[in-house]
Amino acid sequence: MSDIGNKKTFALDDDHVMVVIGSGAGGGTLAAELAKKGIDVVVLEAGKLTPRTEFLPDEWASFTQLAWLDKRTTSGTWRVAKDFPGLPAWICKTVGGTSVHWAGAALRIQPHEFKARTTYGNLPGANLLDWPVTREELDPYYTRAEDKMGVTRTHGMPGLPGNNNFKVMYGGATKLGYKECSTGHMAINSTFRDGRNHCFQRGFCFQGCRYGAKWSTLYTEIPQGQATGHMELRPECHVSRIEHDKTGKVTAVLYYDASGHLQRQKARAVSVAGNSIETPRLLLLSESSKFPDGLANSSGQVGRNYLRHTTASVYATFDHQVDMFKGTTMAGIISDESRFDPSRGFVGGFHMETISLGLAFYSSFLNPGAWGKEFAEAMDGYSRTAGMWIVGEDMPQESNRITLNHDVKDQFGLPVANVHFDDHPNDTAMRDYGFERGEAVYRAVGARKTYRVPPYPSTHNLGTCRMSEKPSDGVCNSYGQAHDVPNLFISDGSQFTTGAAENPTLTIVTLALRQADHIAAQMHKGAI
Amino acid sequence: MQSHPLPDPVLATPEAGPAPAAPIAATRRGVLKATGLLTGTLALSSVLASLAPSRSWALDLKGLSSHQGAVILAFSRHLYPHPHLEDAVYALVVKELDGKAAATPATKKTLADGVARLDHVGSGDWLKRGAALQEIDVAAMEGTPFFTLVRSTAVVALYNNDMAFAHFGYGGKKGNDGYLYKGFNDLKWLPNPPAAASGPIPKG
Repeated sequence: MSDIGNKKTFALDDDHVMVVIGSGAGGGTLAAELAKKGIDVVVLEAGKLTPRTEFLPDEWASFTQLAWLDKRTTSGTWRVAKDFPGLPAWICKTVGGTSVHWAGAALRIQPHEFKARTTYGNLPGANLLDWPVTREELDPYYTRAEDKMGVTRTHGMPGLPGNNNFKVMYGGATKLGYKECSTGHMAINSTFRDGRNHCFQRGFCFQGCRYGAKWSTLYTEIPQGQATGHMELRPECHVSRIEHDKTGKVTAVLYYDASGHLQRQKARAVSVAGNSIETPRLLLLSESSKFPDGLANSSGQVGRNYLRHTTASVYATFDHQVDMFKGTTMAGIISDESRFDPSRGFVGGFHMETISLGLAFYSSFLNPGAWGKEFAEAMDGYSRTAGMWIVGEDMPQESNRITLNHDVKDQFGLPVANVHFDDHPNDTAMRDYGFERGEAVYRAVGARKTYRVPPYPSTHNLGTCRMSEKPSDGVCNSYGQAHDVPNLFISDGSQFTTGAAENPTLTIVTLALRQADHIAAQMHKGAI
Repeated sequence: MQSHPLPDPVLATPEAGPAPAAPIAATRRGVLKATGLLTGTLALSSVLASLAPSRSWALDLKGLSSHQGAVILAFSRHLYPHPHLEDAVYALVVKELDGKAAATPATKKTLADGVARLDHVGSGDWLKRGAALQEIDVAAMEGTPFFTLVRSTAVVALYNNDMAFAHFGYGGKKGNDGYLYKGFNDLKWLPNPPAAASGPIPKG
């Protein structure tokens, strides 16, 4: 166990510790922040500890190494349910969570997006709500998060150098008159900083950053937390239930350890940060006579309003070499379309961000299920191909939700999560518009052929335990504190009230910093 | 229709490891108890020559007959037609399916049934049928368990190996150390974006 890096371990019956479930951007950051404040924390992570020296420059092998492959099921009209029925999400089961896999885009949610209901109005079928927190309140925490993560174009960090894929995007964006196109705000070191190397442009961002240039809790927050002597990391510990006492306060968590034995860790407070599918699943699994619809679910909103961003990709082939794989995956961002402008036929906005896939993933995701001459021709053009990802705000809908599928069990005999998703008409309108704009960008610099690529399994999973002003509208308050259970916290993207048009990790970290201050203050007051 | 939560080879080989290796070189054959054999020769001009131990290649089959292997190879060529891509790469699809056939009787039957059906429409030997008719036969099989199995295996096996990477121009693990000082931003047909939109190359 020594190579896990713990300086301190805690007893199972030690009820003064805070238990954090999940070690990704939310859980890993929260745990480290609490430990730095002297609060004792036990981090339970379902995945293994994989040091970055063991990351693999091989897409499928890496996927098998890092991805969450426990059983899940899908339903709804989204194409992922047809193409990848057992893989609704492309997220990680490893120490560091999906912060190992993310591409590094670190964008602040825009002020008007925190007021989605006020700004967008009453959209039929959309369960829109304003966040109970404003951009102004979060700005100091955003600043801290950017400093901590080393976000380019903040705190004196230069931008990353543009690669070939970016050069194509920039050329097209400029010809279309877009004004906001650059190598973006990325939590990837452009210079040596904070003990971490600069980016060497490997092009394996999704497979884990071997140089540690991209921020991940795996090699930043987690070892920092352990170094305080106030944090214990327990990998391969899969939490199955959160227990509570007669008053409704949580008291312990049950988990299966690495050898499959059921353990009970007592707790003063619990944070759930298992990403937006496992987090609501765990609350639903923790139903009791006091909480018959699931823990902290008096609103009925646990698992609902599942958001995955309105996504799509556009790839285009050119007459000449592009080699999109040379360098960072998300090498450039166009932000002009992220504005609020309903004249385009939809509310909310989107970003266009370069994306590149290696040959193996390109063949699997370009048009799942496709075959024949047209597909082969697209593959023949691989080295002359540029690519972008469209990432925009999708509308919260109550019917898009995570539920327990009692017909399918996981390796512990627990019902798996079913992920149901249908596009809202606003999502479809935005995606169609995004396709057109993306194709226009590439045609402006001579694209020979463009390809509209359907959404991949979701990496941005949000909204399933959303924060709300009123307890009847959501699961937690603006600090991620459950409305129903004062010593239970939601610390991942589940707490997002709406999805906004920005990649979520920076905001997850920002909320975790704010939550840590709140928890420390509550503990100081003796409230929890 | 079979449903594949993940592309089949990923589930079938949980250890995954490196990309499928080139078919076994002819000189290294002999240990395995084979049910069939596929052989071929790389073209003299092939970019793959440097990746193979010899220009001749051979694949011992453990679950399929030589004929079944050859039919599946030809079928894969119609599924993903790349006229200049060597048979040695398509043989990796056969290799993957052969492994599944050897491990799972149901899979072996699915493959045998599919080949038998093709041979039936091909008056005994589908390989003797003209390419245009073969193409029609392949399309007619869509939706069958055979087609689904071969296609979902082929789309991974065909494109996830060093020979395919070399053929289609993907760097693969050659990028492991990073392109920053070797080949980064080497696209010449568009101007460099201004410094404000990009960033400096860090000093080595």
